Amino acid sequence: MTKLEYLKESPSQTAGPYVHIGCTPNFIGNAGIFKEDLGARMVNEQSKGQRITIKGRVFDGTGTPLKDALLEIWQADSEGLFNSPSETRGDADPNFTGWGRQPVNLETGEFCFETVKPGSVPFPDGRAQAPHINFWIVARGINIGLNTRMYFPEEEEANAADPVLSRIEHRVRVPTLIAKQSGDTYTFDIYIQGENETVFFDI
Amino acid sequence: MSKPTTNAGPFFPRDRNWHPQALSPNYKTSVLRSPQKALLSFGNTISETTGPVFGHNMLGELDHDLVLNYAKPGESALGERIIVHGHVMDEEAKPVPNALVEVWQANAGGRYRHKKDGYLAPLDPNFGGCGRVTTDENGYYAFRTIRPGPYPWPNGVNDWRPSHIHFSLFGSGFAQRLITQMYFEGDPHIPMCPIVRTINDPAAIEMLVAKLDMNHTVPMDARAYRFDIVLRGRRSTMFENRMEGN
Ligand SMILES: [Fe+3]
Repeated sequence: MTKLEYLKESPSQTAGPYVHIGCTPNFIGNAGIFKEDLGARMVNEQSKGQRITIKGRVFDGTGTPLKDALLEIWQADSEGLFNSPSETRGDADPNFTGWGRQPVNLETGEFCFETVKPGSVPFPDGRAQAPHINFWIVARGINIGLNTRMYFPEEEEANAADPVLSRIEHRVRVPTLIAKQSGDTYTFDIYIQGENETVFFDI
Repeated sequence: MSKPTTNAGPFFPRDRNWHPQALSPNYKTSVLRSPQKALLSFGNTISETTGPVFGHNMLGELDHDLVLNYAKPGESALGERIIVHGHVMDEEAKPVPNALVEVWQANAGGRYRHKKDGYLAPLDPNFGGCGRVTTDENGYYAFRTIRPGPYPWPNGVNDWRPSHIHFSLFGSGFAQRLITQMYFEGDPHIPMCPIVRTINDPAAIEMLVAKLDMNHTVPMDARAYRFDIVLRGRRSTMFENRMEGN
């Protein structure tokens, strides 16, 4: 007789207010343990593609920005390739990590990533996905990390055809995933609750 | 350049009833920090199945040793010396090699080295409270540290956190990302804690309770605690659905 035997995933717990001690110790002044906070730099002088800045804040249900959140992003390079061992379609730009980690400012709640604009990557069925950046947000009071994506406002056509955005039944919520552009700076504010609640994913 | 072949299949769906619910009113901060609308579910794309890799060579010599990594030369952190070790595996019990394991914790008195922690217990000048390792080819990891103290926190009028170590796990894909906490076998604060109790299933809580492991204790030096961690498993990619003609 065949028995299905799987383990259960370890359950999530909140990152708590002191996530910086472990994930970005230099940011809170605990210098001397790690040379540099992981994920602090995604690009260098040789990175290919359009350099962009992504800024934003994470708001709670009262509209107050979180001051203790930590965000991570993961994205393709400018050609749409991931700097990952499981990327089989080609070699990504070795001068671009694709992964960033930033705490929000302890006073203003603002986060900031210096990165490049990603290329398009395929959906499993072969259709193109619009350029996007995956976000993961943790903080005190968040029991399991929140997943979402940021899309680009100038990619109207690609966004309209995007297989993930197309799955959003309530079309009025689609704009919660589209950043606001000002030159090479994009603002992506995340609302955990309320009228403008960001679309979060179960992936 | 040839690429190592790693399973790039989609992750098993997350059991959202096994994990804590986003809204857990007894953990008061969660009330305004929990999404109220349904999550959008979709199968993993390559954006979710891929992830960065963290090499052993980025690690410093003492990154895994919290007893020494913030201590002045010749000194060491105060408290009960312990080794925390175990395996990181997936839901099929397969080892997860090269996983990044990051930990942070309070000192022996329950105080964090963080500008926002105002607990009156003193800082230990020789304890920073952070460490990291990557798992070996068998998914094994080990830290040396001191047992953190319990600490009070503003939630109910008299809530205390059980002794715990925060764990951040980075496996082979971005959708496998996990932050959790490790507790210590026999700690009476575990069943009282509103954060522990955001998890409904006692069997799920049990997964976060490390066991005293006398076999791996270093005699006359440090006791050992065993803590295994399970990350999401992956489906095989053999029978993916593709659009006709692709
Ligand atoms: Fe804690």
